[in-house]
Amino acid sequence: MKKLFLAFAVLFVALSFHGQAGAVEPDEILSDPALEQRAREVSKQLRCVVCQNQSIDDSNADLARDMRLLVRDRMLAGDSNQNVLDYMVNRYGDYVLLEPPLKASTAILWYGPFILIVLGFLAVVFYYRKQSQGTLNPDGKALSELSSEEREKLKSVLSDNNNDLGNNQ
Amino acid sequence: MRRLIYIIPLIVLLAVVGASIVQMKSGKPANELPSVLINTPIPDFTLAPIKGRDDGFSTADLKGQVTLVNLFGSWCFACLTEHPFLMRIKEQNLIPIFGLDWREKDPDAGPAWLAKWGNPYTRIGDDPKSKGAIALGVTGAPESFIIDKKGIIRYKQIGPITPEVWDETLWPIIQKLRQEQ
Repeated sequence: MKKLFLAFAVLFVALSFHGQAGAVEPDEILSDPALEQRAREVSKQLRCVVCQNQSIDDSNADLARDMRLLVRDRMLAGDSNQNVLDYMVNRYGDYVLLEPPLKASTAILWYGPFILIVLGFLAVVFYYRKQSQGTLNPDGKALSELSSEEREKLKSVLSDNNNDLGNNQ
Repeated sequence: MRRLIYIIPLIVLLAVVGASIVQMKSGKPANELPSVLINTPIPDFTLAPIKGRDDGFSTADLKGQVTLVNLFGSWCFACLTEHPFLMRIKEQNLIPIFGLDWREKDPDAGPAWLAKWGNPYTRIGDDPKSKGAIALGVTGAPESFIIDKKGIIRYKQIGPITPEVWDETLWPIIQKLRQEQ
């Protein structure tokens, strides 16, 4: 059993490495391994604008291929990683970055979920507090509390009961 | 107060449905990406001519007049739907159209397409590797850009130029830009 699990784990790791090969074709790869490594890093951050949820490193679309080649061309011409990313952002907007940068127009993407969590938490707290208080009686006290009238009544019922019990004995 | 909470989901639903209907009625595709290039100078690039011509395309060619830059391809079906209208623009001499022949796998395909359907373009650049297309932030064909006299991109039309788009949007913009110095 343990061996079988190990075999699956090895297979899984092998497959996940295989997935990282991306869509880069052999004829695109640069002869300088360091430059190619940088090109791969940058390509993984750039969105394929025709497939919308894949990086250009991962996509087989024609335009993604041309963008990969452009990334490599610009690196050969001496651009830094940031230069290449800026070049793409200047043409396609922040959308081309798979991870949008934090700025005023994207703040809701980054903070929205936390705001929703806080609102949800407040809603739960508010709900339970209200429930434990209950609604109010005409005399202004919570339903769970007895009015002075009811208290009197309860007292007399209880003492009656005690008396009855006493009489029976 | 308590009842109000129960109708909130209904109100939210109606708001979402309402917003969707407004979006659909406006006729604009919802997945359209806004262009960051509007009101910026057209990026510099030069493209070789397509086979059988000797003009090519350079962004320097555009300066001094209001122009239309149109991206097409012989493989692009929607380009054929706007093509008759581009021919009309040419025949009536409304505005010079500069063409980018995008991603032709066969260098003969573009010239053959133009020979068959007619050539509405003043100059044509060959863009087999998307050099021009990426410089213009293009995601699909056809796309057209209105460039003012100073070479600044003033409008981006995604999808075919229809008579409605021309009359309601493009032509008024072109006329306004011609008034500018």
